[in-house]
Amino acid sequence: MAIEATAGGRSAFDQLVEEARPKRTLAQNLKRFARRKPAGAISAVVLILLALIALFAPVIATHDPIRDQVAAERLEAPSASHFMGTDNLGRDVFSRVVYGARISLQVGFLAISLGTVTGLVIGVLSGYLGGKLDLVVQRVVDVLMGFPFIILAMLLVVALGASLLNVGIALSVAIVPRVVRLSRSSTLSVKEEVYVLAAVTIGVSLLRMVLRHILPNTLGPVFVLATGALGGVIVAEAGLAFLGLGIPPPSPSWGGMLNIGARGYMEAAPWMVIFPGVALSAVVFTFALLGDALRDVLDPRLRRGDS
Amino acid sequence: MGTLLEVRDLRTEFNSEGGIVKAVDGVSYDLQEGETLGLVGESGCGKSVSALSLLRLIPNPPGRIVGGEVIFEDQDLMKLSERQMRSIRGNKIAMIFQEPMTSLNPVLTIGRQLTETVELHMGYSPEAAVRRSVELLEMVGIPDAKSRLSNYPHQFSGGMRQRVMIAIALSCSPRLLLADEATTALDVTIQAQILELIKNLSTELGTAVIIITHNLGVVARYADRVNVMYAGKIIERGTADEIYETPKHPYTRGLLGSVPRLDVDREDRLASIEGMPPDLDRLPPGCSFVPRCPHADDHCRAEMPPLSSKDGSEHVYACWKGHEFGPLEFVQAKA
Repeated sequence: MAIEATAGGRSAFDQLVEEARPKRTLAQNLKRFARRKPAGAISAVVLILLALIALFAPVIATHDPIRDQVAAERLEAPSASHFMGTDNLGRDVFSRVVYGARISLQVGFLAISLGTVTGLVIGVLSGYLGGKLDLVVQRVVDVLMGFPFIILAMLLVVALGASLLNVGIALSVAIVPRVVRLSRSSTLSVKEEVYVLAAVTIGVSLLRMVLRHILPNTLGPVFVLATGALGGVIVAEAGLAFLGLGIPPPSPSWGGMLNIGARGYMEAAPWMVIFPGVALSAVVFTFALLGDALRDVLDPRLRRGDS
Repeated sequence: MGTLLEVRDLRTEFNSEGGIVKAVDGVSYDLQEGETLGLVGESGCGKSVSALSLLRLIPNPPGRIVGGEVIFEDQDLMKLSERQMRSIRGNKIAMIFQEPMTSLNPVLTIGRQLTETVELHMGYSPEAAVRRSVELLEMVGIPDAKSRLSNYPHQFSGGMRQRVMIAIALSCSPRLLLADEATTALDVTIQAQILELIKNLSTELGTAVIIITHNLGVVARYADRVNVMYAGKIIERGTADEIYETPKHPYTRGLLGSVPRLDVDREDRLASIEGMPPDLDRLPPGCSFVPRCPHADDHCRAEMPPLSSKDGSEHVYACWKGHEFGPLEFVQAKA
């Protein structure tokens, strides 16, 4: 093909390249995502369902998860009136699992958003400014990383007192060091890019540089970490509840249900453990799958070449 | 036309494991308004560092501007606060880089990157900034500019991206444009287009340009005057014609002599400059070109020659023997 400069100075080749690039709508993008990442698409659907369940819990649940205690119906096996049986206090396990989705998602999103935002701010500043600030921040992060995640969260819950908000805060603190590390390392590589130097040469201020040029380029990996960690946080919340440090009863948390069920009712009423356990595993698994798929899609380096 | 920029004895150093590297070692030159100045030299001779030093963009540590004055529009840039510097960068002095593939932010649309500069420096409202961006894109020859604003850099080819970079650089009608190897990464046909574009726009806007390159052809065609740098110093300066017809410094002569020529027998070996560029952290006491210079004597080894000319002309050179050399004849070295 002959490549000639056009009047505007743009070569015909450029034009061909531009025209060959397909333009897509949101719906087409979603369709493409579903075709390329079926596991990711399925998990996204599952999570949307979960969110709907949490949102419409009062409509979906057949009983009140806390107040409907019928002594006569204690430890009943699954049946038409109690899909997942009843627990030791005669409460409907199905309704409690449904409401439990609310708590799990609330704690999960609370912890992740708090932790990610805090971690990003600290990590990006630490990486971009460097120097003594970076040194100090990284040593603090080292110390925090030295603690096992769950122990750190336990310490904080004990210190703050058990409530939904405090459990969220405790778990977010446990997330922060990981986000700091990740965002700092991507900041370090982004800040060497020519476009950052180019931004300096047009005279942008520190705040604008960080918010507009550095931060968006570090979000991809952090987003993936956050999605994957969401599952981890939900498990951690269940872990805390299992240890008696979670959201206090009678709130229907999956971890709390496992705690009570596993202590003494494992044989008499296995449904008390199985259903919250399955719900928990399913949620964590789907979050992990979604995180994986998002990594492939969101990473601009992986995305660049494909068409 | 007045003097736009006066650089006096600029010195920039870097700390390295081997000691202090004097990347820019006492560079002085001036630039008239609207003039195009070429800055040539091989890799590592301090071309880019001297340009970045003008904007005070030397990463510290390990780098440091240790001395000198940069008088731009009657103020010494070295004495300004960081805040005052920011109002000059991108506004009065703009820069274009070598890598068009990486000098645009991949996660921001072209439109946002274009509007940033005018919003920053000219206080444009978002709508006015968008209108200005369309104008700019049209000015640099990007068709269908309005719809391209929402595109991302990866949707542009290398030449197109460099056009966008030029549009960003010229968006505030700067007084001075630093083009640091702006066309080196592009293929030759696009190179010519981009250089023509820079030339036309700078003439139109009255912008002075410093073209930093190792491509002697580019300089010959586009620069009014040429500074040749070697080992952190300017070793020869003159008009493009003077430099090409009668280079006075053996290094310049060597550079020009080593340009491959079509009219010479292909069997002959290419002329080249013997040896390697010197380590900038341990320069010899005299002229830094001595180890590679076929004409060097004891005087050269003992004392660095000043940048001057014997007959007082504007064509100056840092060589004790420069006045002895006549017009360059392209004699191909025989193998």
